[in-house]
Amino acid sequence: MLQEQGPTIWDRLLRVPRWVIYLIIAAAVIFPFLHPLRFPVEVSQRTRQLYDYIDKLPPGSVVCLAFDYGPSTMAELQPMAVAVTRHCFRNNLAVAGVALDPWGAALCDAAFATANSDGKKKEHVDFVNLGYKTGYSAVIQGMGLNIHEVYKLDNRKTPVGDIPLMKNVRTYQDLAIVIDLASSSTPQAWIAFAGARFGATVSAGVTAVMALDMYPYLQSGQLVGMLGGLKGAAEYEKLINQPDQGALGMDSQNLAHGAIVLLVLLANLGYVVTRRQARRRQER
Amino acid sequence: MFWHDLGIWIAAALTLAVFSFLYRDNLLYKAAEHIFVGVSAGYWVARLYNDVLLPDLIYPLFDPKMVKLAHPQYLLIIPGLLGLLMLARFLPGGFWLSRWPIAFVVGVSTGTYVPVAVQAFLLDQVGATLVPVVVHRAAAAGGGMDWATSLGNALLIIGTLATLSYFYFSRPHVGAFGAVTRVGILFLMFAFGAAFGYTVMARQSLLIGRVEFLIFDWIRPTLAALGAG
Repeated sequence: MLQEQGPTIWDRLLRVPRWVIYLIIAAAVIFPFLHPLRFPVEVSQRTRQLYDYIDKLPPGSVVCLAFDYGPSTMAELQPMAVAVTRHCFRNNLAVAGVALDPWGAALCDAAFATANSDGKKKEHVDFVNLGYKTGYSAVIQGMGLNIHEVYKLDNRKTPVGDIPLMKNVRTYQDLAIVIDLASSSTPQAWIAFAGARFGATVSAGVTAVMALDMYPYLQSGQLVGMLGGLKGAAEYEKLINQPDQGALGMDSQNLAHGAIVLLVLLANLGYVVTRRQARRRQER
Repeated sequence: MFWHDLGIWIAAALTLAVFSFLYRDNLLYKAAEHIFVGVSAGYWVARLYNDVLLPDLIYPLFDPKMVKLAHPQYLLIIPGLLGLLMLARFLPGGFWLSRWPIAFVVGVSTGTYVPVAVQAFLLDQVGATLVPVVVHRAAAAGGGMDWATSLGNALLIIGTLATLSYFYFSRPHVGAFGAVTRVGILFLMFAFGAAFGYTVMARQSLLIGRVEFLIFDWIRPTLAALGAG
């Protein structure tokens, strides 16, 4: 009678309990917050392209930031919003925030407050939050005809015509660039309606899940640079030499990725070895 | 300060309640889920009323000075009525009335979308694949063959054609054509791999965002307030 063998280490690798994986990921995410590892952040071409475009704008130009995301994705997109706004403020560019997502208007206020923590920039002169509008294709097209018709009041109920920053901003021709910070398909709408129809310069900061979908537009020149996920935010923070939330999260990101790659490798190794062992047993 | 701290504690408690789902579905998770749905719906209604209905319909009709208009805009009664007809779907027997505004929205959206979609997603994209396979550096940059760009352009063309071939189903994928479609599958696999990597990164970022909040906005200030930080 054959003695029954217990599961080998390779068998166990294929049946790692879920809670063990959760613990490994939790440890990988939490550890760098307690002991920063400061992994280097390499700046990609797509991030530098957007940075260079903004950096070369003459002072007084108006940059439009579209806050098309909600709190569920703010971990990735809010650091981008803060970093780009800081860059604009540093170069004396005005920033006009719009939102096609109802949560976006509040996140726009929060981003402006963080970027203007020293209080040097004045609302309605250096920045304005135009608030939320529903019906994104209609809003984007309406902005190409007359922004004042679409946004009659800003987020604080000030008539847009009375806002100094908006006095000479009527259409996309008066905006240096539109940067869509998005967690859904709104960048395509900005590309189609603002870019293709009205000739606006469009860029995007998107969640990592969406980043791959944006590459064709980047390659075709329909997007001027792109920020992809938390890494995009960390890269932009590095370029403006002001590391913040993005850079802070990258240590955890790197460590957690390393843990996931290791788990995938180990599981595959376990799969290959157990299959080979099973084949050998059959041959005997 | 009190309200700020209370908000942080509520947010921390709800975050932990949602994380409790990792153990198993439970009452705390369900409560957090329902609170989220309720708060979201309430927030949306308030924002729609304040940011859309007030400045775009109610003020221009009944209080035009609020939006710097000299006279009431009576033409807005038409879109206002169309908007109200949307709610007719809740009336017994009045469902058909909601089809009018829907037909209007579908018609206008399609009419405006098709031309720009052809331009932005077809012509511009096709144009972007018409790239030279042999690229020379500018004389100022030293001249000669730009191997990296040339190789990238060649891969772009091969990848586009091979992937499109894979989605051509009117001919069996055998022989030389089959070989091309297999190259297409290879490119698709690269794309799926990159998508998976990006997806892991995105989900990880969301967890990082919450952990960051718990450590820096909740635990550390609380410990500091207790004199232990």
